[in-house]
Amino acid sequence: MIKTVSKNGKIMAKTGNEAIAEAMRQIEPDVVAAYPITPATEIVQIFSQFVSDGIVKSKYIAVESEHSALSATIAASAAGSRAMTGTSSQGLCYMSEMLYIASGLRLPIVMTDVNRAISAPINIHADHSDTMSVRDSGWIQIYSENSQDAYDNIIQAVKIAERAMLPVIVTMDGFIISHCMEVVEVYRDIDVKKFVGIYKPKRYLLDIKNPYTLGSIDLQDYYFEHRYQLAKAVVDSKKIILDVAEEFKELFGREYDLCEKYMIDDAEIAMIVLGSTAGTIKDEIKKIREEGIKIGLLKIRIYRPFPVEQVVENLKNIKVVAVMDRSDSCSGAFSPLYSDVVSSLYSHGIIDIKVVNYIYGLGGREINNLHIKNICDDLNKILLGIEKQPYEVKYVNIRKK
Amino acid sequence: MIDLKDLSKNPERFACGHRLCSGCGAGIVARQVLIAASKFDVVITSATGCLEVSTTIFPYTSWKCSFFHSAFENSAATCSGIEAAYESLKSKGKIDKDIKFIAFGGDGGTYDIGLQSLSGAMERGHKMLYICYNNEAYMNTGIQRSSATPIGAHTTTVPIGKFSYGKKQNKKNLTKIMIAHDIPYVAQTYVGNWNDLMTKVQKALSIDGPSFINILTPCRLGWNYKVQDIMKISRLAVDTCVWPSYEFEKGIYKINVIPKQKKPIIDFLKIQGRFKHLLDESKSYVVESIQQYVDNEWEYLKNVSTNTISY
Repeated sequence: MIKTVSKNGKIMAKTGNEAIAEAMRQIEPDVVAAYPITPATEIVQIFSQFVSDGIVKSKYIAVESEHSALSATIAASAAGSRAMTGTSSQGLCYMSEMLYIASGLRLPIVMTDVNRAISAPINIHADHSDTMSVRDSGWIQIYSENSQDAYDNIIQAVKIAERAMLPVIVTMDGFIISHCMEVVEVYRDIDVKKFVGIYKPKRYLLDIKNPYTLGSIDLQDYYFEHRYQLAKAVVDSKKIILDVAEEFKELFGREYDLCEKYMIDDAEIAMIVLGSTAGTIKDEIKKIREEGIKIGLLKIRIYRPFPVEQVVENLKNIKVVAVMDRSDSCSGAFSPLYSDVVSSLYSHGIIDIKVVNYIYGLGGREINNLHIKNICDDLNKILLGIEKQPYEVKYVNIRKK
Repeated sequence: MIDLKDLSKNPERFACGHRLCSGCGAGIVARQVLIAASKFDVVITSATGCLEVSTTIFPYTSWKCSFFHSAFENSAATCSGIEAAYESLKSKGKIDKDIKFIAFGGDGGTYDIGLQSLSGAMERGHKMLYICYNNEAYMNTGIQRSSATPIGAHTTTVPIGKFSYGKKQNKKNLTKIMIAHDIPYVAQTYVGNWNDLMTKVQKALSIDGPSFINILTPCRLGWNYKVQDIMKISRLAVDTCVWPSYEFEKGIYKINVIPKQKKPIIDFLKIQGRFKHLLDESKSYVVESIQQYVDNEWEYLKNVSTNTISY
């Protein structure tokens, strides 16, 4: 069982997809445009039932593709409505062009992406290749560890998006979270509605008395400034994300930050991870700690904007770190999370630290306590000088032949 | 029918100073569509293309009504999103005005890359008018062939050469494809007839559902004609029946402009640089095949317009 933290919350059994659909029912956006894709289909299926039953007054557009899903969502947002969508994997890739347009136009769209591997070979299971492929698209990216996280994150995302004037992707690992029945505390409708408030756009297309042109051609004399403003807004949104977390805590009791620390304050070795594997790592760390090994975890909740300062602050006294990537950049120059961690450390002068890059779980490949334990053993050997820091990416639980 | 005197009193919503070429049809289309729609508040969407880049150079705009562009292939999906937002906000009492929605796209953004988006939006039944300003090639990027480019035309991706007389395939009949969607109103019109164009726009906007108008829109650069010949060329397209002006309303076909005397296709071809090479004796078989195609299509159209039953 989980602890109820909100006075009026209700403990329910929900899959990640159900939890997101429940949050969407409570948020009740004006427009949802979406296209089915495993493992995210259930979200829009449940939501369209709410529409058909008149439980929500939202307009649901069952579009003919993910490209049109995001195009219509962008347009609905530009028109002045609160708009949401959701997808996964190939769908997110197909939306890719429009992702950059959504952020470039500073539209506060909220999307759920159920993380799934990218083809080929086709695979429907969890990894982070899809959201990593669009990590520089100017969207805020929030990763969820479990259904409760996903539910809480999507509610906060609405407020973050509208305050920062930036689109937000909330992610959860395909099947591991999206289809796993868990205990979720669902808050009262009235409280969620109060929290997200009423959307009041400053400028919108349906404001007929104040018509304007959006999506102009922006040449050498303006484009650079507009992209700079976007980059700045993404970086500055850290404060907004923390403010929203504070307001969330006040109303619902749960605490959120850019990162989550787990037994890291006195640690000598540490792991960094995104998403559901954080749960497995926490469980194993508890056991390893009993052996007297000082290990900790830093879970990245907000991947974009990257929490540079918090990563530096929490790692500066660590000797050996494993950065766990659930995607591969196929570059020979390490994976996305590793690159972000190492550049954060190096730019802050933290160079006396050994950082190892592990790639795990592609296409839903199992990652269990034993794998975590083995990684911990590797780190410990490096700490004790028994082994050297490897100069290349290490692959977890893979057959290399 | 439209009263020109009445129209002249309507405020202009398409401002001058845009960067479209002299002798371009797209600006004429945009201006006439907005004048025809002038009794309504409208929101416009546009695909990437000449019309969009030439009228919205930041921080300027030619559009006095709300105008939105996001990408090349999604003008219809974009318009459907705005229409859905409107329906949603109206049902919640947040908007009380009646607003009409018009999507523009060139033939590249409509016949080719935007066809899926258009088909989806029409099938879903959004209350919107989609206008294809069809200049029969990718003109904004410099005259590349599209599926709207007619047989025999010179383009920069199927140029004429020792072994080439230009495009070998016939143009796609998009108007027929839209008719096959069973939407309430589909029409073809052309730039050289303001009355026909504006009447169709007004009809489309009065309909409760999706509508589509395909407008033959000469491009001076791509078709290679003298600036002053734009109207003449458009009218020849109708007089030779290569581009008939007709409409399809609730199952009924109607030819709106019947030429007094059907002219040979060569009259249309010979005043355009893109077809100049077809005038050579050695290419007469191409001209003959075009004539045959035009004759067949015209017979088909005459046939369906007298033998269809309203539903």
